[in-house]
Amino acid sequence: MCGIVGLFLKDPALEPQLGAMLTDMLITMSDRGPDSAGIAIYGRPQAGHAKLTVQSSTPDVDFNSLAADLGHLLGAPVSGTLKDTHIVLDVPTAKIDAARAAIRDLRPNAKVMSAGEGIEIYKEVGLPRDVAARFDLAKMTGTHGIGHTRMATESAVTTLGAHPFSTGSDQCLVHNGSLSNHNSVRRTLKRAGMTFETENDTEVAAAFISHKLDTGSALGEAMAATLTDLDGFFTFVVGTKNGFGVVRDPIACKPAVMAETDQYVAFGSEYRALVNLPGIDTARVWEPEPATVYFWER
Amino acid sequence: MQTFDLEAQGLRALNSTLHALRGSTNETAWEIINPKGSHAIAVGVDAPLDITVRGSTGYYCGGMNKHATIRVKGSAGPGVAENMMSGTVIIDGDASQYAGATGNGGLLVIKGNASSRCGISMKGINIVVHGNIGHMSAFMAQSGNLVVLGDAGDALGDSLYEAGMFVRGTVKSLGTDCIEKEMRPEHLALLADLLKRGEADHLAKPEEFKRYGSARKLYTFNIDNASSY
Repeated sequence: MCGIVGLFLKDPALEPQLGAMLTDMLITMSDRGPDSAGIAIYGRPQAGHAKLTVQSSTPDVDFNSLAADLGHLLGAPVSGTLKDTHIVLDVPTAKIDAARAAIRDLRPNAKVMSAGEGIEIYKEVGLPRDVAARFDLAKMTGTHGIGHTRMATESAVTTLGAHPFSTGSDQCLVHNGSLSNHNSVRRTLKRAGMTFETENDTEVAAAFISHKLDTGSALGEAMAATLTDLDGFFTFVVGTKNGFGVVRDPIACKPAVMAETDQYVAFGSEYRALVNLPGIDTARVWEPEPATVYFWER
Repeated sequence: MQTFDLEAQGLRALNSTLHALRGSTNETAWEIINPKGSHAIAVGVDAPLDITVRGSTGYYCGGMNKHATIRVKGSAGPGVAENMMSGTVIIDGDASQYAGATGNGGLLVIKGNASSRCGISMKGINIVVHGNIGHMSAFMAQSGNLVVLGDAGDALGDSLYEAGMFVRGTVKSLGTDCIEKEMRPEHLALLADLLKRGEADHLAKPEEFKRYGSARKLYTFNIDNASSY
């Protein structure tokens, strides 16, 4: 079991409340996943700026002077915003790949959670309520976001095993279910040049979609390809810089409910996660069909 | 009418209050407010109560019901009326997967759509769905009837025993050992009764349905059927 929540805002007036709405939804899904929790939140991109979210189990050591060290190495202005075990580094968009490589050398114990113009990912082990409080998620603003509460089945309860997984710029994926052919798909993707941080099945699904997007597929096509190439149980929710998508395997054992109003599109593993959203009583509420791709892009 | 605020008073208090009402009671009319998708609402009721839930419910609403009439003024999550023994459960909206699973008796009415595995392993319950049903519905269904005014998804009635199925719309595919059968006068009479009790007699006529049932070839193990198992 796991819990998924997602929110794609159509009405900019709700953007200041995105973090608060997602946090409430995430905490409601604690029963489905008390092991760890994570959230990917997309802010409005600023021209020329990109963000790297970096995690460390020893933030006092790794994040001390990291922004200054990185700025010196890149020869460009870098600023950092510390949030518990994570730091969000603001770097020039043109330097994002160099920054990613530099962090590996500068702080070998730190891990890049996400990179892109809009995305920030925060994830940790612990109850969703505690994880949300550590990162002050309720205060965050943005255009869309995805959250996950994990009950681990396929790999260990660790920070890196928590969802969302990000395997491409401004991309992320969360998963409820388990994949049975992830080892063979991982081998295929490794040969195609993809890299992996964990032995986790969900990371393979994320990398599978990233690879499809890198090789010319549109988001809808990449998501549809999971239905033929990935074996197992899944409800996936995918985030990109501009969009948000949902797909369920053909058996569709893993629950999913969606709601749409003029203001938002929302996803929940259960209806409980959606009950406090504005206008939910008059929203169009439905269960996404099996083996059917849904996505919204702005 | 007693009103129970689920958000304020909690699930355990609700179900223990309802369980305390056994057999005949004067406190028959109940209204549950603020369900907010909670799980296990009015599970295990064993009295002829009339319960109205004002909103949508989570997993297993009305499960194991005996004698009560439970109305949900919203949609229901997975496993609504699971293993119902008798009584009636009426969902105004949609129902999620495995509605009425393993039901032994009583009537389940879903006025919207039901998703996958509706009536899986049903054992005597009658289910009337005003909309469509999803894939693998009535899988291994043993007895009772499933009436669908709309369409049915893939693999309807797979590995079926003696349940009856009546579908007005299209069937995407039939499951193993499920076949269309002749509609005889007794089936039309049965269907007329179920449509009336399922609050659907103003929406459809018995003559508009097709009947499906078991070909009875997989009942007991037969080596000649090994490839079908």
